Amino acid sequence: MKLLVCIKQVPDMESKFKVNSEGLWYDSADLAWRMNEYDEYAVEQAVQLKEQLGDCDLTVLCIGSERVKETMKKALAMGCDRGVHIADDDSHRKDPFAIASLIANFAKDKGFDLIFTGLQSQDRGSAQVGVMVAELLGLPCLTTLVEFAFENGTVHGKRELEGGTKGKVSCATPALVTCQLGLNTPRYPTLPNIMKAKKKELLSIPAADLSPADSRTQTLSMAPPEKKGGGLILEGEPAELAEQLLQILKEKTTVLA
Amino acid sequence: MKVLLIAESRDGKLLGSAAELSHFAQTLNADSAMLLVGSESALPAYGGTLYLADAALAGEFNPAVHKQLILEVVAKEQPQLIVLPHSSYGWDLAPRLAVALNAAQISEVVEVKDGALVVPTCNAKLRRTIKPTTEISVVTLQAGAFTPSAEPSGTPNVVKLDAAPNGDIQFHGYEAAEATAVDLSKAEIIVSAGRGIGKPENLAMIEALAKALGGEFGASRPVVDAEWTEHSRQVGTTGQTVSPKLYVACGISGAIQHLAGMKKSEFVLAINTDKDAPIGEVADVLAVADLKQLVPILTEKLSR
Ligand SMILES: Cc1cc2nc3c(=O)[nH]c(=O)nc-3n(C[C@H](O)[C@H](O)[C@H](O)COP(=O)(O)OP(=O)(O)OC[C@H]3O[C@@H](n4cnc5c(N)ncnc54)[C@H](O)[C@@H]3O)c2cc1C
Repeated sequence: MKLLVCIKQVPDMESKFKVNSEGLWYDSADLAWRMNEYDEYAVEQAVQLKEQLGDCDLTVLCIGSERVKETMKKALAMGCDRGVHIADDDSHRKDPFAIASLIANFAKDKGFDLIFTGLQSQDRGSAQVGVMVAELLGLPCLTTLVEFAFENGTVHGKRELEGGTKGKVSCATPALVTCQLGLNTPRYPTLPNIMKAKKKELLSIPAADLSPADSRTQTLSMAPPEKKGGGLILEGEPAELAEQLLQILKEKTTVLA
Repeated sequence: MKVLLIAESRDGKLLGSAAELSHFAQTLNADSAMLLVGSESALPAYGGTLYLADAALAGEFNPAVHKQLILEVVAKEQPQLIVLPHSSYGWDLAPRLAVALNAAQISEVVEVKDGALVVPTCNAKLRRTIKPTTEISVVTLQAGAFTPSAEPSGTPNVVKLDAAPNGDIQFHGYEAAEATAVDLSKAEIIVSAGRGIGKPENLAMIEALAKALGGEFGASRPVVDAEWTEHSRQVGTTGQTVSPKLYVACGISGAIQHLAGMKKSEFVLAINTDKDAPIGEVADVLAVADLKQLVPILTEKLSR
């Protein structure tokens, strides 16, 4: 089987974000980068399927600048066979539809049996790209999966719904699935696998060669939210903080009475 | 402006998001129509035209059929905007509509500002203001962002749609959430552990603080996904909704899905090393500290 997993590199969400000079996206300087959390589950599921079936070829795809290759190496070390880097220094200016068009244009004549993506990215959080890729390719798409099984050409999954209820679904391959947090336990790459990954094929294709569609949205501005909360912020030595906190709990709540 | 609102029904029940959709249409001062794949016995309180397809025929979860029904109504109503809840139903369906209609899609709208739409980015640490560049666009609304102040009223003018079940996905029914071992919804004091606890061994100090305060301990999703504790302890949209007198969030960043489960708490104390963590928005007090230092001291002082 031919498998594809699409991943994104995102900043660590604990970073201190600054808006860039254009005022339209965050400044990429001084950030720590990692694999989008949702995509870690997608990579793990694809690798598990490859282990289950044996005869599989698993490609990992990532769009972005040279920098994203670091994240792709992690996916290769987790067990992907080859990497396709769609080189694009402008990817942060593309909306989810433009990104989906790049992936679909790459995948359309490759005959992938199953495509895995994360449910959404941690930075944009649009939850659009995976489904759009499936629609552009005319594939059935199961989203928000927290359980996945593959048997005789059919994907069986459970979609996570609000309140912890699940919806049981299935579809025939070729298909695309989007992976939700908790789907599996993503592995940590071992040192030997990290070494092996260095020798795996990592092909770069300029984004322009894949004729991306134009974005359909325009960002007018980006800014931190106005602070509405206005809660008290306390800093200091832990022992002093603890005293202050207990005092506040005594005054403001009834729980220590 | 004309908008088409897509309401959601689950297990034969209409979901509350319908009221948020019509409130959003009012915010825009737009004419609206609504579409529901549901049941005649569970209609929304809505004063306009409601296109209704029977879920028993169309399938309650059947994206291909729902998409087809919506496209039919779009052809008839010619809306500029199609609006869905940003829920497991909405984020599944919206991109399918956007591709079919060559429409822009904007996800998880929290506010309308000068005609443009505001969405969160980077776990709500930033916000973007966006405009579609297409004539028709599809948007999803963050749960709770457009809650009307008053209960909606009205009786819809129902127009029935025919639907035949087909499509490329089979739906095999629902599986209920695991029976809850702990009922956090009645707890008066909850101390919750987030990913910031770092490792499972540190859950013990969260439990100890909960015990010293006479409460229960809860958790954010990564702690449950990592199987450091059971799902019945999870607070948030896909866990439990709680409203204690005191909620202590230890090492929890404050993602919207977590906040949705605890924002009705009377008093929120957050302990976090990141002064800018979004939990600060709902916290009465944010103690900027390493929980591994602060939590044991708090417990000790309480136990004295
Ligand atoms: C459809 C959907 C449903 C979801 N449902 C839920 C849900 O029901 N409940 C839920 O919780 N999440 C849910 N999530 C996940 C949610 O989006 C977040 O990923 C999750 O809440 C993050 O948990 P966290 O705050 O513990 O971890 P993180 O976001 O990783 O935050 C960890 C925090 O710990 C702080 N920290 C680190 N070290 C320390 C230290 N030593 N001392 C103090 N602070 C420290 C960091 O500054 C950071 O703020 C859902 C997501 C989706 C897409």
